Amino acid sequence: MSFYQEYTRYKEIDFTTFFDQVTENDVQRVLAQDNINKDDFLTLLSPIASNYLEEMAQKAHELTVQHFGRIIFLYAPLYLANYCVNQCAYCGFNVENGFKRDKLTLNQVEEEAKAIVEKGIKELVILTGESRKHSPVSYIKDSVKILKEYFSSLAIEVYPMETEEYKELVGAGVDGLTLYQEAYNKDIYDEVHIKGPKKDYRFRLDAPERGCQAGMRRVNIGPLLGLDNWRKETFFAGLHANYLQNKYLDTEISLSLPRLRPHLGSFQPNSIVDDPALVQIILAYRLFLPRVGISLSTRESEEFRDNLLPLGITKMSAESSTAVGGYAQDKGEKQFDISDDRTVAEVKEFLLTRGYQPIFKDWH
Amino acid sequence: MKDKLMIGDKELENRLFTGTGKFSCKDIIKETIEASNSQVVTMALRRVDFDNQEENVLNYIPNDCILLPNTSGARTAEEAVRIAKIAKATGCGNWIKIEVISDNKYLMPDNQETIKATEILAKEDFVVLPYVSPDLMVAKRLKEAGAAAVMPLGAPIGSNRGLKTKELIQILIEEIELPIIVDAGIGKPSQAAEAMEMGADAVLVNTAIATAKDPVIMAQAFDKAVQAGREAYLAGAGAVKKYASASSPLTGFLKGE
Repeated sequence: MSFYQEYTRYKEIDFTTFFDQVTENDVQRVLAQDNINKDDFLTLLSPIASNYLEEMAQKAHELTVQHFGRIIFLYAPLYLANYCVNQCAYCGFNVENGFKRDKLTLNQVEEEAKAIVEKGIKELVILTGESRKHSPVSYIKDSVKILKEYFSSLAIEVYPMETEEYKELVGAGVDGLTLYQEAYNKDIYDEVHIKGPKKDYRFRLDAPERGCQAGMRRVNIGPLLGLDNWRKETFFAGLHANYLQNKYLDTEISLSLPRLRPHLGSFQPNSIVDDPALVQIILAYRLFLPRVGISLSTRESEEFRDNLLPLGITKMSAESSTAVGGYAQDKGEKQFDISDDRTVAEVKEFLLTRGYQPIFKDWH
Repeated sequence: MKDKLMIGDKELENRLFTGTGKFSCKDIIKETIEASNSQVVTMALRRVDFDNQEENVLNYIPNDCILLPNTSGARTAEEAVRIAKIAKATGCGNWIKIEVISDNKYLMPDNQETIKATEILAKEDFVVLPYVSPDLMVAKRLKEAGAAAVMPLGAPIGSNRGLKTKELIQILIEEIELPIIVDAGIGKPSQAAEAMEMGADAVLVNTAIATAKDPVIMAQAFDKAVQAGREAYLAGAGAVKKYASASSPLTGFLKGE
């Protein structure tokens, strides 16, 4: 059994008809319930539910405070390398984009670690492009050995791996896995992943589950919002999180909300995910899955991030660089432009003024 | 004679245990704990940031409190033991609250792994306070394993649902010769009072205080409730009668009435 079976079953739903039939009464009924099932979740993603964002927000806020408290976890990303063999229509690191590729030496990894730790960050997500030649598992493992001396928690956001490879990295000190499916819609997935190993939809879809099996403490998933109709993509991502949460009780499952950002190349989103849409997504996730973490990156603007804070967000990145060598050397081509360039100290100060305690350390 | 609670070799006057999780900022933690009069404070060791004085939660716990580091985040006995040892090595003392949770959906404790961890740590001179689902056999095994107290949940962690497991906790209070500290689920001072009235030795409250609009006032309210509940227990509540004493007794004829 894999999530693929569930995807295959639910993709046959006639979403248009379902959404057309949802009434205001249905939304009100769902909002009055304690337990939200899959149908209810889809109801909350309907166009008509957008009339109930305030009611949804009140409930989502209450659930978040109850389960997580008034706290926000802070983390930063570290790009180890940007060599990539894939041709993805939407990505700045696309193999066809002719910019100078870079990869940190182990000495540079240490310099970057020092620069990030100095800001107070203890939780790191390390990233590479998909190139097993330039960034093999052994390179990631060597970097992890250095980084774990500086950080209390390390997650990887790299190409999908086999279970044994994940186990090897868990053994070296990795405790989290982030892997975005990009598009749950298999046809769109095939369309936007033009060339390269990433074309293998199923291998990517099952990777978070392999991570759970390999003993990752935390697994973070999500669609790249904008590639297909966001209501459908959010629905599948929610089902995927629910599937993992029910099957791997000892893994903390979380969801991220990456929205397509401007980058090198000219890909335009297929679905416009405006601010009210992103709000509806967060609220529907929280009501359906009260205990999942919801993570927000610096892709979003300072002002918007601040407003989203009480709606269900549990984790934020701060003072991020999306370039290889972006912390110690401050150079390099960025994967995407960030929109919130406040320092860690500024984000921390802001959180405190809004009544949220920033948490830097959450593991040993 | 003063009513005191003995745990390990420590004598406690206050029966409200508090925690440091879920607060909106660290400064308020200190003020809240002081207001609660609590003498035992639990904190998740995984969140203690030893390298950063400003972020280190230990700096916000009043000096006269006993630290009760917990093993939150542990999924197995082995991880719990490892965390307990880090706690001791980093100067958090030898009290440890065992929390082994391998269920991220409901956050229910894993009783079996908890017994294992208790056995190992009690042998290594830790004062072990295991957090469990209330179960008589499990509590008996914890006693044999050397636990210093048993901490049954009243309802799932953070749920604020009150004493949903009341009947099961009552059995532990009657049968287990160890302090019974109701942990998790207590959402209101009245529920804390209820636990104390039925004979619990102490209660641990975190979420209900930390997420209150005014944690300081809520901490005071819990302090009073716990004291009131304890006093009521010691005073011996009158028997609760379902029916008022009948004015026309059915057995009066036996006395020639």
